[in-house]
Amino acid sequence: MLTAKSQKRDVASLLIKGGHLIDPAAKVNAPMDVLLRDGRVAEVALPNKIRGNADEQFDARGLIVAPGFIDLHVHLREPGQNYKETIASGTAAAAAGGFTSVCTMPNTAPVVDTPEWVVWLRSPERAAVVSVFPIAAATRASKGATLTDFSALQRAGAVAVTDDGKPILEDEIMRMALRLGAELNLPVVQHAEDTRLTEHCSMHAGPTSFRLGLRGMPASAEAAIVDRDVTLAQQIRESRLHVAHLSTTDALKAVRRGKRAKARVTCEVTPHHFTLIDENVGEYNTNLKMNPPLRTAIDVEAIVVALSDGTVDAIATDHAPHAAHEKQVEFERASFGITGLETALALAITKLHREHKIPLTRIVELFTAGPARVFDLPGRGSLARGSQADVTIFDPRKRWTFEAAKSCSLSHNSPFDGWQFTGKVVATIVGGRVVYRAD
Amino acid sequence: MNKPARGSLLGIEHLDAKDILGLLKLARRMNPLKPRPLLRGKRVVLLFYEASTRTRSSFEIAAKSLGAMTTLVQSSGSSIEKGESLLDTGYTLRAVGADCIVMRHPSAGAPLLMAQHLDIPVINAGDGMHEHPSQALLDAFTILKHKKSFKGLHATIIGDIFHSRVARSACHLLTKFGVKITLCGPPEFVPDVATTLAPGLRVTRYVEDALRGTDVVMLLRVQKERLGGQKIRLQDYVARYQMTPARLKLAKRDAILMHPGPIIRGLELTAEVADGPQAVIVDEVRNSVPTRMAILARALGKAK
Repeated sequence: MLTAKSQKRDVASLLIKGGHLIDPAAKVNAPMDVLLRDGRVAEVALPNKIRGNADEQFDARGLIVAPGFIDLHVHLREPGQNYKETIASGTAAAAAGGFTSVCTMPNTAPVVDTPEWVVWLRSPERAAVVSVFPIAAATRASKGATLTDFSALQRAGAVAVTDDGKPILEDEIMRMALRLGAELNLPVVQHAEDTRLTEHCSMHAGPTSFRLGLRGMPASAEAAIVDRDVTLAQQIRESRLHVAHLSTTDALKAVRRGKRAKARVTCEVTPHHFTLIDENVGEYNTNLKMNPPLRTAIDVEAIVVALSDGTVDAIATDHAPHAAHEKQVEFERASFGITGLETALALAITKLHREHKIPLTRIVELFTAGPARVFDLPGRGSLARGSQADVTIFDPRKRWTFEAAKSCSLSHNSPFDGWQFTGKVVATIVGGRVVYRAD
Repeated sequence: MNKPARGSLLGIEHLDAKDILGLLKLARRMNPLKPRPLLRGKRVVLLFYEASTRTRSSFEIAAKSLGAMTTLVQSSGSSIEKGESLLDTGYTLRAVGADCIVMRHPSAGAPLLMAQHLDIPVINAGDGMHEHPSQALLDAFTILKHKKSFKGLHATIIGDIFHSRVARSACHLLTKFGVKITLCGPPEFVPDVATTLAPGLRVTRYVEDALRGTDVVMLLRVQKERLGGQKIRLQDYVARYQMTPARLKLAKRDAILMHPGPIIRGLELTAEVADGPQAVIVDEVRNSVPTRMAILARALGKAK
């Protein structure tokens, strides 16, 4: 597919020819050729209209060409937990999933709560193959007590702050975080869970948790925090609240309320929360244990509507790799989380597009322009001339089977092992360089 | 990961009525006073991560009555204390020659996990709040001794059903035979979602309503150690739900009173009820041995 006209490793220019461009930010949905040069988008034009030579050509006939996908929520486990994942392996998985930018969560060991760790994450020695945008801790060691130095973290390159994995429970701390975030135009990302209602719980509270004899997390534990946070965001001018991995109908209602009131409230949804429900936990399958937990069919229905109508801003994976020994244990002791980078697009196409008839343009928006706006990622989320030369090329009709064991991630804790999908990433281009190409 | 070995007993939910009747029939032919060396040379490991008196001792006596050797492994005083994982403990026990593992564990689903990774039968002797299948079988055995058949029976279960593996297994078992069950207790103990467990379940908050016309009354211990922060005042519970002679009179005249034990006199029932003519609590314990003999014989392929 890739025809090399020069043997140079770093090609200065690449012409993507014959594809169908979907660029929601630029309102393009048409056959277009795209020329990338020196790490930027040099030209976008109707087929065969781009003159001049490119070092390489990519034949994208029959394929969708889109701005590089952005994942607002990944756990790449460095520093400190490189037996689960590394920046190198996690970004390789990201590339295989079509993501050209990933935002890393700070709940590592140690917690990323200093500018030094933010710089460390972005250093070339981490060998990232896609762009890494660190999200820093909102409170010191994510203990929820003392705010970190948002300003210094932002200057070091953090795009947002969060205590992900844990919520910021104290009203006053959350208020201070939003206030400081507002001054710096920095989003505060909340993992919405009233942990006072979820102690010792390992899945959603409902018939399945009752049947299995597991303590369940009530849906209200999520909605209560989102509700409070939206109210705070409405009170604090210019504050930016981003609700992570939203999973319940009532939390969506709270987000809608904030958006209607023109508060700067955004939210993301994971592929597993629009695909699976609590019943799928079956007989204690720990690869379906995550936090927030899988909810009900009613919640999935509400989420699909919200993805379609614009209430949800982005699809984010919450890619959470864990080693086998952390999952092959008693359900209640198993770690929360699943991998997701390599199955996100396939699930979006298979479930949202083919089953629920959400147009591909909207799906692309949820992976590109939507998330780029949430964190104001520079030059990302569009292929307008001058943008970052990050491109995702995919085949929306390609049928394939996901095999977790062949994943680029160091961990294989996916509930989608063996699933048949429609829609596959063909190539991922970061800064004009092809970093992933399907066989 | 594999399918559990044949003969494993992990819960009642996925057993069919024929399997259950087969086990009960086998149990009727077992007599601990007339030992049969059906399991001679077999090694049964009793792996107990939680305290137990009656389940552990009756499984041990059942195994020995069939000629098997038994070894008790408890979490305290073993490598489990040093942080060994469940599966590593299982592989170790398999390597020392276990032919069958009888297992009690505080975590729901733990016996299934073990069974999915070993090639020997695993018997669930109680897993967290999930199931306690051998208790349900011995209770069914006891009911059939007094009631001849499950046909048209109405049972009432009173107490902390939310935390009770005994209640879950009993509901699965009895409803497979068409028994109608009323669950009774405060919402903290008997959430409305409980009716989704099996067909033919209903919930009531009123003990009088629950008892009227019932054939089988099953009481559950109020498990203080499992309250987990729930604020239920024991005095209120006693006032509203304690089984007294007057309340028991609301049930059918020939109703039996069951309790998986340990009983707390003065809490879920009065001493008069515990020692009264309708109580079959001691009988349940007695029946536990032949029932568990049948479970072990089935597990080790000697069910003839």
